[in-house]
Amino acid sequence: MKEIRVLSPTAILGYGFPVASFKAGLERQPDVIAVDAGSTDPGPYYLGAGVSFTDRRAVYRDLSLMLKAGRELKIPVIIGSAGGSGAEPHLQWNLDIIREIAARENLSFRLAVIHGEIDKNIVLKAFAEGQIIRLPPGAPLTIEDISGSTHIVGQMGVEPFIHALEAGADVVLAGRSYDPAVFAALPVMRGFAPGLALHMGKILECAAIAAIPGSGSDCMMGYLREDHFLLEPLNPARKCTVTSVAAHTLYEKSNPYILPGPGSIIDLTAARFDQYNETMVKVSGSRLSPCPFYAIKLEGAKRVGYRTISVAGARDPVFISRVDEIIAGVKSRVEDNFSDISAADYTLLFHIYGKDGVMADLEPQKKITSHELGIIIEAVATSQELANTICSFARSTMLHYGYPGRVSTAGNLAFLYSPSDLKAGEVYRFSIHHLIKVSDPCALFPMEIIKIGEGQG
Amino acid sequence: MTVKLVDIASIIRSKNAGPYELTLDIIFKDREWYEKIKKAKAINRSLICGLYNIPEEDILNIIEFDPAGAVKITIKRPLVSGDIGETDVYGAQQHAPLLALEFDI
Repeated sequence: MKEIRVLSPTAILGYGFPVASFKAGLERQPDVIAVDAGSTDPGPYYLGAGVSFTDRRAVYRDLSLMLKAGRELKIPVIIGSAGGSGAEPHLQWNLDIIREIAARENLSFRLAVIHGEIDKNIVLKAFAEGQIIRLPPGAPLTIEDISGSTHIVGQMGVEPFIHALEAGADVVLAGRSYDPAVFAALPVMRGFAPGLALHMGKILECAAIAAIPGSGSDCMMGYLREDHFLLEPLNPARKCTVTSVAAHTLYEKSNPYILPGPGSIIDLTAARFDQYNETMVKVSGSRLSPCPFYAIKLEGAKRVGYRTISVAGARDPVFISRVDEIIAGVKSRVEDNFSDISAADYTLLFHIYGKDGVMADLEPQKKITSHELGIIIEAVATSQELANTICSFARSTMLHYGYPGRVSTAGNLAFLYSPSDLKAGEVYRFSIHHLIKVSDPCALFPMEIIKIGEGQG
Repeated sequence: MTVKLVDIASIIRSKNAGPYELTLDIIFKDREWYEKIKKAKAINRSLICGLYNIPEEDILNIIEFDPAGAVKITIKRPLVSGDIGETDVYGAQQHAPLLALEFDI
């Protein structure tokens, strides 16, 4: 029977995994070890600033185990969405970690580096030629969004990975990738059904999250065969059940039947989930429907200012009952005091935990029932200095603000820290979340082969 | 009879589906309740509009997913994840209003 085995150690490189689970995976003789490092969930800062949302030492630890195992078993190790966001600084950050591991562990291998950052001029040209497609409910793209972005990446499909594997890569380090691509690339290259390979990748990219109890920090094995695949959690404390796997199919997607990706759509309308044995689930019927054109999802982030926050609490019942009017009063005092500063240069926000700090406009409960409130005063402005000024003035104004019925005249706020105001630095927003049409799936993603550790052994 | 959603669902959660969408998953404890809720169309647009105080056009879809015995609701985020003023970057704590739901089935 034709079968290929894909080992997924962890949901995100750097989230960790138990060594025992990983060893159990290696004993099952995988054909490839793959991990996806990326997500847009942590928000726009990491892409915009070129910083990883995972910790260097944690990534070093995971990768060290994976690279050693890959060399020992002589199987490829594939890493997608390097550094979380997969732009050039993230890729270089991860490359540096790989070099350090190879030097310390005396490993030598052929490393394919696939770049995921997309030059602004390419996007501007495609925009001018009408090759950019909006993804509602996202807004239409503008030239300012493109030219103002600090980094733009594209989610590569399986093709650049296959290209790298065909070039003889032992290890592939790629920029921003479509999550399932790292898991599906070798199976697709070896002729397995791409619909099943990508659906299996879609589940493996979250490692053991699809098991019960679920975990993003534990290993999962996928066995892809001709007309189905099997999923096996590698920690005996976990099981895959039909419900746990089917439920995972819902996770973080808007439509669980139709999963669009680069160049094709995974169609799960005929997918079947069956219990294979006590801990494994069998999935069949996943198909791939072709798209009329090949498109890559672009992501971009741009800087919109600088932030300063102040963290405080309130315990006075009269203050709590009048908090809305107090906030309005403080805002008005800030505007009045700095009437020489344009209102467009800053935003002043009050996040009130215990009221609607979590849900804001979506909060159906309007009445405060808590005996205390958590207050975050937030200023975002065109410079750090201005954000500091606005936050500082709003903080001191709120501290001593006089309101009707006030009995606690020494101060309205309990500050958590000294200093009370924290500079949070640059603020970014997602500026691009659109498709770009391409004629060649690899064209946007240049690859280089680097010989690591040669001559050092 | 009146039944509470928390008594017939094993999972009630929210999460981003990309930075522009918020998706709410309700996975029922058993097939029977899933089928009853599905048949009655008990989780519908007007219910969600009222619960979250949003206009109907902000509900992108409501999908019944038989393989998991689940109902999935996807809405437009009031603010894009991480935008200035946005309060839940991962969208992981927007499910709470669903916990209070009750149905006459």
